[in-house]
Amino acid sequence: MIPAPFEYHAPTSLDEATALLASLGEDARVLAGGQSLIPLMKLRLATPRHLVDINGIPGLAHVRESDGVLRVGALARESDLEESALVRTRYPLLHDTCRVIADPLVRNLATVGGNLAHADPANDHPATMLALGAEVVAVGPRGERRLPVASFFTGPFATALDRGEILTEVRIPAPPPRSGGAYLKLERKVGDFATAAVAVQITLGPGGACERAGIALTNVGLTPIQADEAEACLKGRVLDDVAIAEAARLAAAASHPTDDLRGPAEYKRDMVRVLTARALRRALERAGAGGR
Amino acid sequence: MLVSVTVNGEKHEADVEPRLLLVHLLRDVLRLTGTHVGCDTTHCGACTVLMDGRPVKSCTVFAVQARGRDLTTVEGLERDGRLHPLQEGFMAEHGLQCGFCTPGMLMTGYAFLQKHPSPAEDDIRRAISGNLCRCTGYVNIVKAVQWAAARLRQGGA
Repeated sequence: MIPAPFEYHAPTSLDEATALLASLGEDARVLAGGQSLIPLMKLRLATPRHLVDINGIPGLAHVRESDGVLRVGALARESDLEESALVRTRYPLLHDTCRVIADPLVRNLATVGGNLAHADPANDHPATMLALGAEVVAVGPRGERRLPVASFFTGPFATALDRGEILTEVRIPAPPPRSGGAYLKLERKVGDFATAAVAVQITLGPGGACERAGIALTNVGLTPIQADEAEACLKGRVLDDVAIAEAARLAAAASHPTDDLRGPAEYKRDMVRVLTARALRRALERAGAGGR
Repeated sequence: MLVSVTVNGEKHEADVEPRLLLVHLLRDVLRLTGTHVGCDTTHCGACTVLMDGRPVKSCTVFAVQARGRDLTTVEGLERDGRLHPLQEGFMAEHGLQCGFCTPGMLMTGYAFLQKHPSPAEDDIRRAISGNLCRCTGYVNIVKAVQWAAARLRQGGA
């Protein structure tokens, strides 16, 4: 399959890239890992007239923690996260997530930033970043701004990024002590999108009660869904079977799945319940084990 | 657009349309037909090549993105007329039937063995999970990778 013709631009600085995007307007798309965009172009579901390849811009491939924040640059590949000891030990939710995205070959090119900016409701990082309370950094012709992930996804394949803006970094608050997280994805096979998936990140107080819970859902609605009622019901409580069952029920109620080849809506909604309970238990184990 | 790449240690230059996919640069322009086009939809991994040492699906990379990169294709595994131990492993353990997925399996397996000299079976299966084989059921492919790992540990090439 051959994509429609386009003009290729390879800027070597962010200034150059944002100026290009601003002047080319709607006809231009950013090319990072290309693992969603290129398949869409081959199917001619996307026919951009211009591609702005940001891979030649230095300083965007980092994965590092500083000042209490994990910074993931726009060109960090999923496999960079997967191989990062920092991510594995301190951000298990993120580690769980990057290991179940597409397949290992795709992950060698696919970027975390692209997984967010593409805003496919079936993508996995959006729910994870919602659960972690992350924010994204966007750089455009008017400078830099920071957006909470909670207000980033405005619709299917739509984000709060303005014309000319590039997502340059994802910032994740470093988890305090007694934190744990988990991502559980039900998929038919490696490389498939989720039938349903749930991201959970919790922090416990010194007495063992839950101080903060982030719970978000993948591919059971038009956008990733933050299960805020489920989160709220856990606050201040010990996460026993009763609390976990209640949160799981509320998370399922927050989902809006539809019938498709991956299963009927009712089944997916129930899978959200099951996966939420399991993810909470795993997060709890990790929080208790002194891990993060 | 002028693209210059290194393939299996040799420099090549070609004037290509930006929309040309890397797999077509390799097969149709450079005439290196060992890399296969399978599904053409980023699923099957038959088109796997190494780009700066990392296995990627060359049907999902534009040739212009490979500018200045170091590529390895299945043709690059053989040295001085001698097969790489992984290729020998596929023969010894019958790691193929029709052979269509084999170039991709070899490239993924080759990159994997560089990082994992003593792999567990589960790790091998995870590593090749982006390469589909419809003949073998994967059992003999896993054995072939293990065969090569053992040979490489003994210092064979």
